[in-house]
Amino acid sequence: MAVHPLYRIARRLISPLVTLVLALILADIAWHFFSWAVLHAVWRLPENAAQAPDTDPCRAAIGHGACWAVVREKFRFILFGFYPYDAQWRPALAVLCFVALFGLSIAPRFWRPSLILLWIAVLAAVGVLMWGGVFGLSFVAADQWGGLPITLILATFGLAAAFPLAILVALARRAEGLPVIRMLAIAYVELIRGVPLISLLFMASVMLPLFLPTGWDIDKLLRAQLAFVLFAGAYLAEVVRAGLSALPLGQYEAAAALGLSYWQKTRLIVLPQALRHVIPMLVNTFIGFFKDTSLVLIIGIFDLMTTGRTATLEPAWQGFGNEVYLLLAAIYFAFCFTMAQISRTLERRLAAPHRDIEEPA
Amino acid sequence: MPPIVPRWSGCFALGMILWLSLLASLPLAGARAAGSGSPTLDAVRARGLLICGVAGNAAGFSLPDSQGVMQGIDAEGCRAIAAAVLGDQHKVKFVPTTTENRFTALQSGEIDVLVRETTWTLGREASLGLEFGVINFYDGTGFLVKKSSGVTSARDLDGATVCVEPGTSTELAIADYFRVNNMKYTPVEIQDLQEIHNAFLSGRCDAYSTDSSALAGFRFTQGAHAEDFLLLPELISKEPLGPMVRKGDDKWFDIVRWVSFAQITGEEYGVSSRNIDSFANTTNPDIRRLLGLEGGLGKALGLDDKWAFYVLKQVGNTGEVWNRTMAPLGLPRGLNGLWNRGGLLFAPPIR
Repeated sequence: MAVHPLYRIARRLISPLVTLVLALILADIAWHFFSWAVLHAVWRLPENAAQAPDTDPCRAAIGHGACWAVVREKFRFILFGFYPYDAQWRPALAVLCFVALFGLSIAPRFWRPSLILLWIAVLAAVGVLMWGGVFGLSFVAADQWGGLPITLILATFGLAAAFPLAILVALARRAEGLPVIRMLAIAYVELIRGVPLISLLFMASVMLPLFLPTGWDIDKLLRAQLAFVLFAGAYLAEVVRAGLSALPLGQYEAAAALGLSYWQKTRLIVLPQALRHVIPMLVNTFIGFFKDTSLVLIIGIFDLMTTGRTATLEPAWQGFGNEVYLLLAAIYFAFCFTMAQISRTLERRLAAPHRDIEEPA
Repeated sequence: MPPIVPRWSGCFALGMILWLSLLASLPLAGARAAGSGSPTLDAVRARGLLICGVAGNAAGFSLPDSQGVMQGIDAEGCRAIAAAVLGDQHKVKFVPTTTENRFTALQSGEIDVLVRETTWTLGREASLGLEFGVINFYDGTGFLVKKSSGVTSARDLDGATVCVEPGTSTELAIADYFRVNNMKYTPVEIQDLQEIHNAFLSGRCDAYSTDSSALAGFRFTQGAHAEDFLLLPELISKEPLGPMVRKGDDKWFDIVRWVSFAQITGEEYGVSSRNIDSFANTTNPDIRRLLGLEGGLGKALGLDDKWAFYVLKQVGNTGEVWNRTMAPLGLPRGLNGLWNRGGLLFAPPIR
């Protein structure tokens, strides 16, 4: 076929041209960011007469240079909120516990039943560190917690509790022989999914106390945590149910033919395969909920997002929100990216046997 | 075939549901001990801690500093009550509340007192089952403009674009103001504080409207550029802000109200945290009654006779509180000064 030579030359040039232009644009953006974040950034501030940092150099740099001094000044409040200043090593240690726990959970060689025990132990240790009251640690009530530990606690405890709940609900929704249980499971999922998370949190924080007698006070964080568990449970239940539905009927029948009881069958045959199918969806939901924890600001809990916003409300530091938001973005990204990594490792690890158990045609 | 669940698990689940509903129907209320006649005062004493609802995000009123310690005129109000009731200004737990949950938090007893820059209105006092103590800050909706615009009065704002936070009383106040004066304006509604500031600075709106205290604070943060901005003289709404307590606990209400009066009286007589000890041998009967040296007025309130001494010694008088909280924002004292210095602070006699 005859093609005009100019056309051929143009076709060859288009791809490199696009690449070049895109690369130039990206390089320009990167240079501007580098110039703002590093070259013209203000890292330290002199002290003024009142022994507080003098923010005028930062104000002079607005527009062309970042003010990282705001992070230096405020990072402890952003990370730990109202936790007593002198005892902030405790939430710091709790965060490290979480990070170590997540880190260990990535590595496949630690995947054995004892990992669950480790999780329980570490979560208990986090509770002891945060609350105190034992081992000579002073007691710190939950309403003084704030910042990163709140985000991690809400997400980790919430998902850890919601996941078993979700499995039970998903199984109940498929239990044909038990109409009442099935209806309850359907009602739970549909009711919770039918309202926004904010209204659930609102119910937990505003409505619940009105029904309780005066003086009865369930901790606000616990109420938010329960709302989270309920909400995450409904969403995860549908994900798990998708996995159950995707399982070929033959698997159920084969398991029944082996003479396994219902729970044996579920534990050994059904769930391992069903959950494997839905790992990306599960992690997707996990990541979504990790970020949804920032909604607790609506009921006056200072999670990471709220402490970050609050840190830049002080008049001297107003106007340096971008720097703080970048820090928050980096923290959120680190945790969400880790979850995505766990998901990918899990998928790779568990993908292989899947092809061997094909349903016979 | 779908999975079959053994029958016993159904019975088990049904049993659990029955148990749970039985538990839920049990009466939860505990017995209440008799005490001072004020359930709130008793609860605070038993706890050894005052639970105080604040905003936690308003500079000058209540905002955590870099160490997470609540600072501001509202926070100081909480500390003053704690000093009077418990003798220690540090025995306060600050509960950050939102505009949505603040009244419920007080109604439900989650907090003992709400000091959250809340405007005293008839509607609120009549319908919420809550009542206001002494106004701790006289505020009002104002306008901030750039001096270069040549605007010197709110009357010049016909046709202007006005930056305003949605869902606030400011929004309603300016709507009323422009309608009454037959003027047109275009609201630019922005939720985030920093965004609203940027929009005003970059010229997206001609005027920025919110409480005058916040406008003064914002103008102050502009440092050397503060002179480029003008706070228009008109305040188009009255925003008297004060603490709130539950109705029906009059003794507690008295305490909250008289703690404020004690601080005003302290400023009037020149009694401050710094010089209070020098009044130990004073012969001035008013100061002697204020400091609990005679009169036994603390007992009448259900408190220690030295209640006002603790307040003034630990927190200070209204002038000291102002100098720590609002003065650094560059706010003039104005209406918030003493009655004999052009302000509205006036306390009934302590005797």
